[in-house]
Amino acid sequence: MQIELYINHQQVLLTVQPDDFLVDTLRKQGLFSVRRGCDTACCGLCTVWLDGRPTLACSTLSFRAQGRHITTIEGLRHEAEGFARFMAAEGADQCGYCSPGFILTVLAMKRELANPGEADIIHYLTGNLCRCTGYQGQLRAVKKYLGVAECNM
Amino acid sequence: MQYVGKAVAKTDAIAISTGKPVYTEDLAPADALVVKILRSPHAYARIKAIDLTKAYAVQGVECILTYKDVPQVRFTLAGQSYPEPSPYDRLILDQVVRYVGDEVAIVAAVDEKTATAALKKIKVKYEVLEPVLDFEQAIGHRSVVHPEDDLHCNFAIGMDKDRNICSTHRVEAGDVEQELKNCDIVIEETYYTQAQAHAMMETFRAFTYLDHTGRLVIVSSTQVPFHIRRHVARALELPASRVRVIKPRIGGGFGGKQTGAGEVFAGLVTLKTGRPALFIYSRTETFTCTTSRHAMRLKLRLGADKDGFIRALDIENLSDTGAYGEHASTTFMVCGDKTLPLYNKTRAVRYHGHAVYTNKMPAGALRGYGATQGTFALESAVNKLAARLNMDPAELRLKNLIREGETCLVYEGKTLGSSTLDRCIQKGKALIGWDEKYPRRVLADGKVRAIGMAVTMQGSGIAGIDTASIEIRLNDDGSYTLLTGSTDMGTGSDTVLAQIAAEVLATSLDNILVHAADTDVSPYDPGSYASSTAYVTGMATLQAAEELKQKIIDQGTKQLALTPGQLSFDGENLTALDGSKSMSLEKLAELMVLGAGKRQLTGFATYGSPISPPPFIAGFAEVEVDPGTGVIELLDYVAVVDCGTVLNANLARIQVEGGIAQGIGMAMYEDVRYDERGQMQTNTFMQYKIPCRKDVGKITVAFEASYEPTGPFGAKSVGEVVINTPPPAIAHAVYNAVGVTVTRLPITPEKVFMGMKR
Ligand code: FES
Ligand code: FES
Repeated sequence: MQIELYINHQQVLLTVQPDDFLVDTLRKQGLFSVRRGCDTACCGLCTVWLDGRPTLACSTLSFRAQGRHITTIEGLRHEAEGFARFMAAEGADQCGYCSPGFILTVLAMKRELANPGEADIIHYLTGNLCRCTGYQGQLRAVKKYLGVAECNM
Repeated sequence: MQYVGKAVAKTDAIAISTGKPVYTEDLAPADALVVKILRSPHAYARIKAIDLTKAYAVQGVECILTYKDVPQVRFTLAGQSYPEPSPYDRLILDQVVRYVGDEVAIVAAVDEKTATAALKKIKVKYEVLEPVLDFEQAIGHRSVVHPEDDLHCNFAIGMDKDRNICSTHRVEAGDVEQELKNCDIVIEETYYTQAQAHAMMETFRAFTYLDHTGRLVIVSSTQVPFHIRRHVARALELPASRVRVIKPRIGGGFGGKQTGAGEVFAGLVTLKTGRPALFIYSRTETFTCTTSRHAMRLKLRLGADKDGFIRALDIENLSDTGAYGEHASTTFMVCGDKTLPLYNKTRAVRYHGHAVYTNKMPAGALRGYGATQGTFALESAVNKLAARLNMDPAELRLKNLIREGETCLVYEGKTLGSSTLDRCIQKGKALIGWDEKYPRRVLADGKVRAIGMAVTMQGSGIAGIDTASIEIRLNDDGSYTLLTGSTDMGTGSDTVLAQIAAEVLATSLDNILVHAADTDVSPYDPGSYASSTAYVTGMATLQAAEELKQKIIDQGTKQLALTPGQLSFDGENLTALDGSKSMSLEKLAELMVLGAGKRQLTGFATYGSPISPPPFIAGFAEVEVDPGTGVIELLDYVAVVDCGTVLNANLARIQVEGGIAQGIGMAMYEDVRYDERGQMQTNTFMQYKIPCRKDVGKITVAFEASYEPTGPFGAKSVGEVVINTPPPAIAHAVYNAVGVTVTRLPITPEKVFMGMKR
């Protein structure tokens, strides 16, 4: 079937199968930042924005994106790099495999939550797993980025 | 120092964080055949017949291979230096399947849906055999996991395959039985550590193709490119020179990617079809058909005198290697090697036992590699001894532990080059508030807060075996290229190697280009495992940089027509000591590649260490236990680390935090479980729980630097040691809270609750 949608503000026309998931459709478009880490909607690696909200691309059927706006990290280059620098400064980017999904969630959180505290941040980001960092460095980076922090925790 | 010790950002930070296409799957050719594997539904069976007719009828299927179509050479997938101490007990496809998930047939098709459809149409008839599932029943079981007679071992590892014994090992010093008799207190306990999954975020994957000369190229997310080249060559009966392995960025490894997975299958498809092939393990396959940590049973006896000196230690271990013997004997040995030396007031020590075959997924390398298991047993016993003696467990350790300059029974007169473990303990106590909090406080709501501790050691590289080479080139523009076969799996090791080189060459970090891991280009390196990169490859880097620096100075002296010793080099300029002449490095670099008789300058070094100096950690856990339910909340974890000189403050810290989190997972949540038919139950992230953000509490990390005389700038390793303390420290905290001793990991609310009822 054919669907028409916006990927990173570009209108595109795609042919998809009814059982295609968004993660695969987007990768086929060369958007390699979208990754699959599990088969059970547990890890958050595949997170993209669907109409501005973080959404799991591994469990969203592609045709459901008809007419909607998809944003991947490729479409937020500047902002993503801005936050990535905070991550890098903490050494919190390890293998980096979880990073795009994580960063998209952080950037969505920034829009959604006003003045989040540490507990709010942890809660918002809980669905994004990371096996490398132990989460602490990511938290330091987020807090500094949002200006929540006492800086040398 | 300019770079060493500094918290410089990873050189690939922005690229990996912002989703650039740098991982294996991103680089695969779009037309690659998709490889899928038909897997055994039985834990132990013999294939009687396979019918492929219907599967071949599926449009788009390119090839299907069964045990009849593959080379008949046994091999191992363990990424270890040749000759591997792991048995050659695998075939690419065997007529006998040895665990649920063992490979039965390889299917390659134009896309994933086609491959999956074809898999479903393969009909297999099995003769189902009685499996060996309980590793405590394996020895002498009536079923023999490896009855074949062409199984091969490179070393005498004590295999007795007819009794399902994969390896046997024994170390002994002094008379343990006699010393135990002399002791005032003997602690005797049996500990069980579970199988743990690596759960790296990028599952296993590799793609293969033939280059223009017909050589097999393998692009793989692996920690061990040179070992993969050798394995694949052996398994596919090719000369190793016909195989090239390239490693892109890796999405986590933790030792999992020290064991081959998938390269052989994709490679075979490419050889048979001439076409590129891509094999991506699903998450479920990664859980069920690769490797996990070796589950172990450790029977431990520890004897002490009434003053608290540990005099005798005896550990009998039984390790479950599953269906194949990857890393069986070495993980087993490491478990003893990293526990027996820790407390050196002993008069007799012994470590012995077996690794056994069972019909479960093979075990393999996982961060900590046996030391994790041994530490749980030893440290739990030491905490028990402290309770029996009514002595502060921190004091008990300070009394007994090995210190810098000392030796121990199993070190054969060698001395420990560096340790600040005593200071780590002191600092950790202060950071967690030990003196105020030990052992427990009951809160107003009835919950109990308590703290516990453990210490540990690991190694740095494999002594006398693993050897790394580094080449550094001075490029024509004055920049450098550092060539390495080691693999940065996220730890930042590429950055750390660049820091070492930059320090010696007095250049900026971005003037050093790191090219990692392509067996056609890189000098030999065993790969990244055994906590070896910073220490072993790091030392090779240091020496290669020093050699290159000397060559630069020699050539500068020549070019400026000075006498030797009259030139100084500050990283940018070569200047005569009297200031009369100078030349930029850039100019020299240019001269070295231009014109007749010139020679590009390179530094090259090979380094292997005769010893494996241990890093140390003191770990402290604060928990809150609800006595009504047994629910444990981890409030704070403090780890104080001696990894010698810290080469990169941030990256080391994240390594510690990440390793502690993984250790917390092993302590409290993670458990690879099977049902009674040998089917793994924990095959997704739904059932297999790795810690999420809310589970890890607060992790506090500090360093107590030491100076390791044999390491680059005094450094030791940090990658593995960090995972070892959480299980015993958390178990100790739980004991201090509610008096329940959990001897079988993980420490779940059920076990705590049932323990309280007993
Ligand atoms: S791939 Fe894991 S949640 Fe989507
Ligand atoms: S950085 Fe490796 S999974 Fe998060």
